[in-house]
Amino acid sequence: MRTLIYIELLKIFKKWRTYIGFIAIGILIPLAQWALYAGGMKGYQNMLTRQLGDAFISGGNILNGYLLAFISLQGLYIHFPFLIVLVGGDLFSSEATAGTYRILLTRPISRFKVVTSKFIAGLIYSGALLLWLFLLSFVVSIFLFGEGALMVFISKIYIFASDDVTWRFLMAYGFAYLSLSLICTLAFTFSSLVENAIGPIITSLAIIIVFTILSFLPFEVLDSFRPYFFTTYLDEWRLFFTDPIDIENIIKSAIIIVSHIIALYLITLSLFLKKDILT
Amino acid sequence: MNSEKIIEISNLTKKYKKLTAVNQLSLNVYKGDVFGFLGPNGAGKSTTIRMLLTLINPTSGTIKIFNKNLKKNRTEILSQIGAIVEKPDFYLYLTAYKNLEILAKISGIDSSKTKIMEMLELVGLKDRADSKVKTFSHGMKQRLGIAQTLIHDPELIILDEPTTGLDPQGMKEIRDLIIFLSKEKGKTIFLSSHILREIELIASRMIIIDKGKTIVEGVVSELLNANSLSVSFEVDEMEKTMNYITQSKWNEYYKANQNGKLLFEMDKELIPKLTKYLVEKEIGINSVVPIRSLEDYFLKITEEGPV
Repeated sequence: MRTLIYIELLKIFKKWRTYIGFIAIGILIPLAQWALYAGGMKGYQNMLTRQLGDAFISGGNILNGYLLAFISLQGLYIHFPFLIVLVGGDLFSSEATAGTYRILLTRPISRFKVVTSKFIAGLIYSGALLLWLFLLSFVVSIFLFGEGALMVFISKIYIFASDDVTWRFLMAYGFAYLSLSLICTLAFTFSSLVENAIGPIITSLAIIIVFTILSFLPFEVLDSFRPYFFTTYLDEWRLFFTDPIDIENIIKSAIIIVSHIIALYLITLSLFLKKDILT
Repeated sequence: MNSEKIIEISNLTKKYKKLTAVNQLSLNVYKGDVFGFLGPNGAGKSTTIRMLLTLINPTSGTIKIFNKNLKKNRTEILSQIGAIVEKPDFYLYLTAYKNLEILAKISGIDSSKTKIMEMLELVGLKDRADSKVKTFSHGMKQRLGIAQTLIHDPELIILDEPTTGLDPQGMKEIRDLIIFLSKEKGKTIFLSSHILREIELIASRMIIIDKGKTIVEGVVSELLNANSLSVSFEVDEMEKTMNYITQSKWNEYYKANQNGKLLFEMDKELIPKLTKYLVEKEIGINSVVPIRSLEDYFLKITEEGPV
């Protein structure tokens, strides 16, 4: 199985499209770092303290590596699905398009191993992309801007002491990884059904966009449906930047996400085991 | 003929909704056979080959390879099969070397540089080992396809139209390789081809299918000789020759004058007798060409049913 995973990763990382996500993050984060370094944080600070203006006088500088890391995660996280599905949607369909199913599936390996190795390779790619974001937005930002208290706005303003932040980021990235794995698995499932990569990429994105909009639309009629939209749970990593942390809600969301991942994997496996290879 | 069955297909059927692609097909391939698999487009050849390689699930029927049920022993059986299905497709963004290396690794066999280079040398691609496959011509891909087929030294080789798109030299090379693998290495070869002459030259046994059904199966030489064949005689003096023919028993075999050549339909053993007769009558014979070939046979039986 390790050999198969290695081969799947080799296939992923030998394609230029794999690097689109890395390049995009590699451009955006340094650009944001440069913009903040050159222009400061006044705008962001004003936005956070506007509501408190009548009651408090704010002073000092909230700009530090932690804040930049939080802004990066919050900002880029929304766009991450676009980068993930580029590879997830290609995992099976590229084999169908290129006709390489015929050399792959006539080898003495089980289809179970083929599906599982592709699934794991997709998860590794998602992790690598998130790790790249973590390195640039967290490690590099702290190196450039230093540590300090983190001031964030999630329904209300929270201020965390410098020594109370790193673990929150690690947990948030861990949860974000689960969410991105679900997106990758969704694209992976669609990829196994069709013979070109465009279909699964567009379908996955369409589903994510539609469900995200439904999750956030402020209509009461949707309240009873919202728990059934998987997108409702994808950005629960933000709960790690609240106090007290709603750990029960986080665990519930994580379980729902993992259940979706397992269900999609099993559906893909079941369909692929019976699939006739006609390409 | 060796009596050990390598492939045993019984009542194999594949249905796609209303379409029956393969209908109750049965055939046997014996050890050491070069088995020709013939049929017009849409006859069900590729579907059958895909079922042999577990790419397609049969609707009904059984396939035994190496005397083992394919469904139950898939991995074990596939480890002893090398195949090209339709056109040889590879990971275009990888080099020829890397493609062979990953296929060797997947097969769980020796993927050393020596082994890979040996295979590339066998098919004349050693110098292009580090070139990406996307830069390869069709002929080069076809040769790389042969290399991936042989890399794990399989006992059974399944080739689906292996010479398609090759130039005459390339076709001859592949044919020679198939003969070498059969005669020198003792491999069993299941060969589908639309080039009927190829089957005639290479195959020892063959089957012709149409609309998913068996039309005829047997030893190639016996099938071709089972019926009388057409022979074309090109002679010096047409009028004089025709006089002799019409006044002799050979008139009953005479069929037509086709572009200055006399066409006869007769059993194979009568050809030297007719030649002798014409020579005795001092007729100059420029050529004697038997026209009866697999192509005629194939066209005749796929149009009219078994002959």
